[in-house]
Amino acid sequence: MKKSAIITRRQALVTGLAGMGTLLFQQCSRPTPPNYGNILRMGDNFTYIAQRTLLPGQSLAKEYRFADISSMPATGTTNPAKYSEAYDQLQRNSFADWQLRIEGSVDRPGSLSLDDLKKFISRTQITKHHCEEGWTAIAEWTGVPLSSVLQHAGIKASGRFVNFHSYDGWIDSIDLYDAFHPQTILAYGMNGKSLTVPHGAPVRLRIEKQIGFKSMKYIHKIEVTDEFVDHGDIGWAWYNGI
Amino acid sequence: MSHPVRSNSRHARWVRISHGVITVSFLSLAVTGFYILMVHPRLYWGEVGNDLTPAFIELPISRNYKHNGWDEKFAYFDTSGSPVSASRTYDIFNENGWGRSLHFLSAWVLVITGSIYIGSGLITRHFGKRMLPSADSFSFRNLWREFIDHLRSPRSMGNGTQYNLLQRITYLGVIFVCMPVVVMTGLAMSPAVAAGFPIIVSMWGGTQSARTIHFFASIAVELFLVVHLVMIIITGFIQNMKAIVIGK
Repeated sequence: MKKSAIITRRQALVTGLAGMGTLLFQQCSRPTPPNYGNILRMGDNFTYIAQRTLLPGQSLAKEYRFADISSMPATGTTNPAKYSEAYDQLQRNSFADWQLRIEGSVDRPGSLSLDDLKKFISRTQITKHHCEEGWTAIAEWTGVPLSSVLQHAGIKASGRFVNFHSYDGWIDSIDLYDAFHPQTILAYGMNGKSLTVPHGAPVRLRIEKQIGFKSMKYIHKIEVTDEFVDHGDIGWAWYNGI
Repeated sequence: MSHPVRSNSRHARWVRISHGVITVSFLSLAVTGFYILMVHPRLYWGEVGNDLTPAFIELPISRNYKHNGWDEKFAYFDTSGSPVSASRTYDIFNENGWGRSLHFLSAWVLVITGSIYIGSGLITRHFGKRMLPSADSFSFRNLWREFIDHLRSPRSMGNGTQYNLLQRITYLGVIFVCMPVVVMTGLAMSPAVAAGFPIIVSMWGGTQSARTIHFFASIAVELFLVVHLVMIIITGFIQNMKAIVIGK
């Protein structure tokens, strides 16, 4: 079918609005996550753009006193050994052989052991976990800022998204804005002890300005990409700052 | 106690359109809000609340009610009364994937339309002229008498867009108290908003207090909706619907 060269009023309007959107949301001129033509995912993207545009810079989530630490249930996957023989092997050896693979848009792709991670300057924070189900819990998390690991690997200027792969088969990503937030850490300690298996051993992500399930457990690989990588519509919002 | 009568008083177009949009978005919020509550039908007070801490209210509205599907608890610290952890072993009801997204999409529609409505109402002095009771007409005694009159003979209470004292106070309460409380407590539950503006959480006494107030304020608006519908039907359904849909 031959494409008409005539610019219709509708096309002009759509192009104009899209252009205005780009001007209004400069930081979001990079492609936003796919909306799958689904009105719910379009709403999610609107929330993403609105929160990135309207909320003040890299404000920190509230940190609490040690006495505020509360009970915290473990939900979702609570032991990936059911799904992964590799994880089962690592667990038997107290994760001494665990390696975190870092690849993608970085100058020095490679692997880090748990001991390597513990050599970085650590950060400890007592923060509140907001679960999408409606509950909250306060816990102390110790780990290495994700920004330190990304800079250690030499993240390229073109990198825009950080993708995480876990032993229970989950893949998810965050933008650089959240990746470089000071409270975004790869946590190996919880409440003063090593992270336990139900809570994501040996290393989980803590991302304090999004809903709990974005703080992925059981991480084994980090991949930096220049574009948003579509891991498929899982029926949930990709951005969960709300 | 008489309010100025204007015989050609109709609902303006912007009132009718915003009323329609807000009605649809509110119904969507009520349904999705109920689905979201079903996922964790427990309410708490303060910053923290979860299945391992005591609830203020537990609602028997889904299979997640008191499910007890937990592995053995272990304490985080060696001290007595230490906070605990436990792993869930129960397949919970959870429709939050679409529930949350539809709730927030509807919330955007409600907040944007509501802001336009309130802005237009202030500019056109809609609230001042039609809703704010005159100083001489307002007294708790009058309010109580109208409340009793509504119960005794609700049919006689309708007078189109000339609102009586009870209507005025109720509408102002829903528009300027209940709805702002619902929106603010909803925003308080957003971790990104809470980080940017911590006062939005602390003003309610914590995330879980905000969630509990969000629930009760929403119930208040839903109760208003029920009474509103009953009054619309009693005072002439067809005529009232014409007034709010086509402005006649």
